[in-house]
Amino acid sequence: MGIELLGGRILAPFFGSSVHIWGSIITVFMLSLSFGYLLGGKLSTKNASLTRYGCIFLFAGIMVLPIVAWSVNIMEVIFINIEDSRYGSLAASMALFFIPTIILGMISPYSVRLLVTDKDKSGQVAGVLYFVSTLGSALGTIITSFYFVLFFEVNSIIFTFSIALILLGIIAISFDRLSKTHKESYSGVVHE
Amino acid sequence: MNNFIFLTVLITISNFSFAEVIHKERSLYRNIIVEDSFNLRCLKFNVKTSKTNQSCLYKDDPQKLVFNYTKLLFSSLLLLDKAPEKILIVGLGGGTMSNTLHQLYPQALIENVEIDPSVIKVARQYFGFFENDKVTSKVQDGRIFVKRAAMKKQKYDWIILDAFNGDYIPEHLLTKEFLQETKTLLSKNGVLSANTFSVSDLYAHESATYKAVFGDFFNVRNRKNSNRIILTSNNTALTSEAIITERVKSLQPKLSPYGIDIIQISSNMSSTKDEQDWSGDTKILTDQFSPANLLNQ
Repeated sequence: MGIELLGGRILAPFFGSSVHIWGSIITVFMLSLSFGYLLGGKLSTKNASLTRYGCIFLFAGIMVLPIVAWSVNIMEVIFINIEDSRYGSLAASMALFFIPTIILGMISPYSVRLLVTDKDKSGQVAGVLYFVSTLGSALGTIITSFYFVLFFEVNSIIFTFSIALILLGIIAISFDRLSKTHKESYSGVVHE
Repeated sequence: MNNFIFLTVLITISNFSFAEVIHKERSLYRNIIVEDSFNLRCLKFNVKTSKTNQSCLYKDDPQKLVFNYTKLLFSSLLLLDKAPEKILIVGLGGGTMSNTLHQLYPQALIENVEIDPSVIKVARQYFGFFENDKVTSKVQDGRIFVKRAAMKKQKYDWIILDAFNGDYIPEHLLTKEFLQETKTLLSKNGVLSANTFSVSDLYAHESATYKAVFGDFFNVRNRKNSNRIILTSNNTALTSEAIITERVKSLQPKLSPYGIDIIQISSNMSSTKDEQDWSGDTKILTDQFSPANLLNQ
């Protein structure tokens, strides 16, 4: 959500702040989250492990980085080639946010797979997960829009998000390594 | 002075009970209200706050400008070495600026850019905003217009940025990058005037940003300091006082029919070279950092 919110800021220099900008951003985020859920669910059916789960975080963190590095170049190309700022902003949101958001969407269903141990409790687990991830989104939104933008540059905020994701990934993977020796089961941290 | 008191009284009264709403609509971006009170017709973008008059005109004398800041914008003429041939106005309001400029310079090409199609419609319908082969308007975000115009290598003698009146400030129109793009649109001696903020925290950030892009500029204020116009030019050396005094004399008769007292306005101009009233370490606004709406509180 933090990234979605900054999306508006990132696109504005090239595509303005008309209402259709938010239309584009929200469309792309919803679309990619939906694919992410599907893929995450599919992936969780084969050899689900905390290591693979950590890899999703790691991968998401890496895929966010092109936004920091190349967003201006990417938007420039799109701006020159697409006159209509509606389709321009849609194409730009696709190019920048589609892939990272798909990967981020994979986290939720995969978490369900890792956390559910008992069929009777699966609904409760899913409920807690929705709670945590949606609450996290709400917090991410308010903190980013109220405070982060006041103190930091857009790129620094996204970079921090990326580092946080990568760290969470590394923690999950190393935890898995450790617990394999201890034969413990562990439930990962959920963060969206 | 009498006029001024009369106007103040009128506006105060109009805020109470005598105003008659003659048009009201919710556009994509805001509430638009057109109000009549006595001889005054005003365009408003919101009801609650008091400082919401966007544009006003005298119904019996539409030629005469009502708003102080609109008049202040004419200080730009003091920096121009010849009559402007191409003018760009970002932010239409009631279209009074465009109308006045067309009367003053019938040969000039005037392009208006406004993000909200409803504002253009209302300006045409209630404020006599007119278009012809010299005067055009386009529904577009100002930033996009400027970027596309720069790609087409367009040049303007006078660019007016007047998009900062609403309750929401377009943050991407305050940044260093935007000003740099706008600067490339200025002709060799082209002039840029921006109606900006005079009181909030934003004042310092905005001043620092303009200075970073254009170097020293003129501040033009009204007596109450409720508005500030930033006046700057592509020509790094700002016009000398002697030349300005001369131009004031020749412009005065031309502008007085519009209620513009250029002599008085010129006395409220101050260069940042002589007087910089913000701290030197103020952070400039960029596409990466532009929390304008949070700063303007």
